[in-house]
Amino acid sequence: MKGLTLELMSYVMAAPFVAALIVYLVLTWLSKRRSRDWPLYRIVLWSLGVVCCLCSVVGPLASLAQHDFYYHMVTHLLLGMLGPLLFVLGAPMTLALRALPAKQARLITRVLRSEPVRILSHPITASILNIGGLWVLYTTNLYALMHHYFLLHLLVHVHVFLAGYLFTISLIYIDPTPHRYSFAYRTLVFIAALAAHGILSKYIYAFPPDGVSRSAAEAAGKLMYYGGDLIDMVIIFIFCLHWYRSSRPRSMA
Amino acid sequence: MNTSKNRSKHLSKNLWSGFLFGIGMAAFVDETVFHQLLHWHHFYDKSTTTVGLVSDGFFHAFSWFSTIGGLFLVADLRRRKAFWFKRWWGGVLLGAGLFQFYDGTIQHKLMRLHQIRYDVYILPYDIIWNALALIMIAIGVFLLIRTNTKNALGVYE
Repeated sequence: MKGLTLELMSYVMAAPFVAALIVYLVLTWLSKRRSRDWPLYRIVLWSLGVVCCLCSVVGPLASLAQHDFYYHMVTHLLLGMLGPLLFVLGAPMTLALRALPAKQARLITRVLRSEPVRILSHPITASILNIGGLWVLYTTNLYALMHHYFLLHLLVHVHVFLAGYLFTISLIYIDPTPHRYSFAYRTLVFIAALAAHGILSKYIYAFPPDGVSRSAAEAAGKLMYYGGDLIDMVIIFIFCLHWYRSSRPRSMA
Repeated sequence: MNTSKNRSKHLSKNLWSGFLFGIGMAAFVDETVFHQLLHWHHFYDKSTTTVGLVSDGFFHAFSWFSTIGGLFLVADLRRRKAFWFKRWWGGVLLGAGLFQFYDGTIQHKLMRLHQIRYDVYILPYDIIWNALALIMIAIGVFLLIRTNTKNALGVYE
C-alpha cells in the first residue's frame, strides 16, 4: 500500500479509540454529577487500554508492523489481548448504567440480555472467533493479502480487537453479565483456547506465513507464546480470584 | 472447629491443591531452567509429531492454569483453617513427579516433543530425568499415606 493510504488508514483506525476515551470520560463526568463516584483506577485502566490500541494502529510501532512480522506480533498482543483486557477492566457497561438516565440504561440492559449478545458472548463462540480467527489469518494467505487491500486490513484489525474483547468478557465477568456460565465450564473452554493459541504460536514458528522470513516467524512465534502467557496469567488470576470469593465458606461471610 | 478436624474434612482438597501446583511448578521449572537459562530444550524442533504439538499445547495451558489455581486452593484451605503442609507437599511431589515422568517418556520419546538436550549422548540424561521423576512420585506417595485421616486427627502427632 502507498504511504498516503497507510497514513489515512491509521487515522481511520485510531478514531474509534480516541472516541472511546472521550465517551468514557464524559460518562465518568455524568456519573459524578449524579453523585455516584467512579474509581480512578478504572479510568486509568481504560486509558491504558486506549494507549495500547492506539500504539498498534498509529505511529512508529504501527508502521514497523507493516513490514516486520515480529512487530506485527507486538501490535497483535496490544490490540488483541492487552488492550481488550484493559478495556474490560475499565467496566464500561457498569459505568454507562450508572451515568445514563433510566431509559437509556434499560436499553443497554436489554441489549446485553438479547439473543445475539448471548450467542456472541458464549465462551465457545468467543473462543472460536478469537483464536479461530487467528488460525485463519496466519495459516492462509490472508496475512499477505491484508497488506494489499485497505478494507481487508481494516476488517482484520477490527476483528482482532472485537474478538479479543468478546473473548475476555466471555471468561471474566467484570460488567453485568446476564448470560453466565459456571467456573468449571469456563475453565475447560479457557484451557482449550489457551492450548489453541500456544499450538498456533509453535505452528507459526515452524511454518512462516506467506511473505514472512524464517527468523521473523521464529521470533514472532516465541513472542506470541510467552507474551500470550503473560497476559493470560492476569486473566487466570482474576478468574481464580472471582472463584475464590464466590466459594467463601458461609461462616466467614 | 479445630485445625485437625478441618484438615481431616479437607484431606482431598489438600492433595489436589498440591497436585495441581506440583504440575504447574514442574512445568515452570522446565520452562525457566531448561528452556530459558540452559537452552537445553528447544522451543520447537521439527521432529515433533502433530499429536505431540497438540498434547504440548494442552499440557502447557493446563499447567499454567493449575499453577495459579493450585495456589488459590491453598488460600481457600488457609481461610478454612484446613491447610496441611505435609499432605499438600506430598501432592506437590506426586504432581511434579507424574508430570516429569509423562514428559520424559511419552512426550519426549513417543511424541518426539523435543529432547532434554541436543548433540550429546542422550541416554544418561533420559535415565536421570525419569529416575528423579520416580523418586518424587515415591516420596509424594509416602507423604500422602502418612497423612491419612488418623494423622489429621493428631493420633500420631
